[in-house]
Amino acid sequence: MNSASALSFGRMSKIAARFVGTPSVGPLLVLLAFGLIFSLTNPRFLATQNLSIILQQTVIIGTLAIGQTLIILTAGIDLAVGAICVLGTILAGKLANSGYDPIAAMGLAVLACSAAGVAAGSLISGLRLPPFIVTLGILGIITAALRLISAGGAFPVTDEFLGWTGNTVRLNGFIVTYGVIIMLLLYGMVWFLLNQTQWGRHVYAVGNNPEAARLVGIPVGRLLLSVYVLAAFIYGIAAWLALGRIPNADPNALQTANLDSITAVVIGGTSLFGGRGGLIGTLIGALIVGVLRNGLTLAGIDPLWQDLVTGILVIVAVALDQLTRGRR
Amino acid sequence: MTPVEPREPVATAPVGVVLEARNVIKRYGHITALDGVDFELRSGEILAVVGDNGAGKSSLIKALTGAIVPDNGDILLDGQPVHFKGPLDARKLGIETVYQDLAVAAALDIASNLFLGRERRRPGFLGNVLRMLDKKGMRAEAERSMAELKFRLPSIGSAVEALSGGQRQGVAVARAALFAKKLAIMDEPTAALGVRETGQVLDLIQAIRQRGLPVVLISHNMPNVFEIADRIHIMRLGKRAAVVSPKTHTMADVVAIMTGAAKFEEPAASASR
Ligand SMILES: Nc1ncnc2c1ncn2[C@@H]1O[C@H](COP(=O)(O)OP(=O)(O)OP(=O)(O)O)[C@@H](O)[C@H]1O
Ligand SMILES: [Mg+2]
Repeated sequence: MNSASALSFGRMSKIAARFVGTPSVGPLLVLLAFGLIFSLTNPRFLATQNLSIILQQTVIIGTLAIGQTLIILTAGIDLAVGAICVLGTILAGKLANSGYDPIAAMGLAVLACSAAGVAAGSLISGLRLPPFIVTLGILGIITAALRLISAGGAFPVTDEFLGWTGNTVRLNGFIVTYGVIIMLLLYGMVWFLLNQTQWGRHVYAVGNNPEAARLVGIPVGRLLLSVYVLAAFIYGIAAWLALGRIPNADPNALQTANLDSITAVVIGGTSLFGGRGGLIGTLIGALIVGVLRNGLTLAGIDPLWQDLVTGILVIVAVALDQLTRGRR
Repeated sequence: MTPVEPREPVATAPVGVVLEARNVIKRYGHITALDGVDFELRSGEILAVVGDNGAGKSSLIKALTGAIVPDNGDILLDGQPVHFKGPLDARKLGIETVYQDLAVAAALDIASNLFLGRERRRPGFLGNVLRMLDKKGMRAEAERSMAELKFRLPSIGSAVEALSGGQRQGVAVARAALFAKKLAIMDEPTAALGVRETGQVLDLIQAIRQRGLPVVLISHNMPNVFEIADRIHIMRLGKRAAVVSPKTHTMADVVAIMTGAAKFEEPAASASR
């Protein structure tokens, strides 16, 4: 081999290494692989209409996964993610249906969601209880409370403002709901917080090494509280997006939100051990979950199989995380 | 073993004393890590703190920097009592510390670790309103201060977990040197270092002293201690067993006091000799 080709080979392998080393590339390849499989097995999959449906179906899990990412980055986990969001839809729906101003109703619902985040964050940062147990407890409490409030049944929510996020705009024949746009805006804003501000730096530091964070003077407790409150606030926004998708408040909705949001985050390359990963990966991860569910539905496969596949996916992703962590 | 004669009486007057601790007690359950320890750091000096494993050296400096809150005792900075509620309080007063376990975030890069907890923001609207980090400025400053340490390092953007143990120690030391305004405390900063790197850290400690700041150096390496310390604070069983000068005492003397083989007479008794 002459020196020139050795050089270009060295440079190319360097570029390749950087490319593969970029954490979002793996998830992107998985997304493309699933897309390829589904488009080969079903020509309808790649239809513009179906792609815009996938995006719409991804909105709720995609938005919930933003909050879940923040929490997992601090080495926590949120098992109340779906319950808090459902709390938002039921409260907003009940208040609006009983004659409250819909904007105030939605505002109060988002506040109530944030309050659940205050409760979780205070218990975790103040009493140092494990996030797993705290959010599991909150899941139980909210689920039971909602069934009591709504007497077990779903009810329609027909208010125009509450359904506003379901409106669509047409971009080159591609139909996009306001909800999709709001989700993408949220991704952009939280990405900025995580990557460009001191707060974001501290989220990573606390997730990496909480004792080091404390020793350099980061207010670890306050930071954790802010993360849980911001996450729950985002779940509240997700409640609004959910009402835009389906004008119905159902206490039994979003049963798979825990599985789906955690899967999106972990497939997206964020480590369950905290301190590594980010939102771009999560967006791709949420799309993977959306593509998977959509593709399997198109293939006429029972939804239970979708949960099964998602379950396998999350375990594989965590196993990969564990393996690469062991290498460090 | 022969008893060690105290040849240099320890001053008790607070003249030129920067940081002082009196009768500090810290218990962990039924373990008494600090059993009424006294401490005195004078302006412009390098004070070594030595002692066996578990003697309470790290506990002492953690009590001095607010990393632990002592059960009892007083801490005085420039003669004024201070009550640090956390490490941030001490950092705000210009006290910088290299902790024994380094306090670095492994997945973050060198520059982020150097500025951890005191990130710089961009000027103007971007920084004040959007709270944007001045990543470029911090990187440049990090380059500069790592160059000052003369450590061989991969790029300033590499994650700390990709560094060797010694290089990580270099990051922690550089951070303390960069931010110390009042004094610096280093808990075994050369424990993982080779000969060359140890020399570079010792140089840096002397450079900090040149800036007029006193330095506390915890070390098990007696030759290093005798090379650069002005005074040696010897810990034994959670107490200060003695403070000696390397000019008047030998390494054997220090080891003897450290292990309890020799008794060091009370400073008051020695002063009356
Ligand atoms: N967080 C803790 N919980 C319980 N006991 C502790 C804790 N930290 C220190 N100790 C105990 O306090 C005593 C003093 O520990 P310290 O770390 O101060 O010793 P050291 O002199 O720094 O030792 P080394 O030279 O090994 O670093 C030891 O007996 C130790 O077991
Ligand atoms: Mg120690």
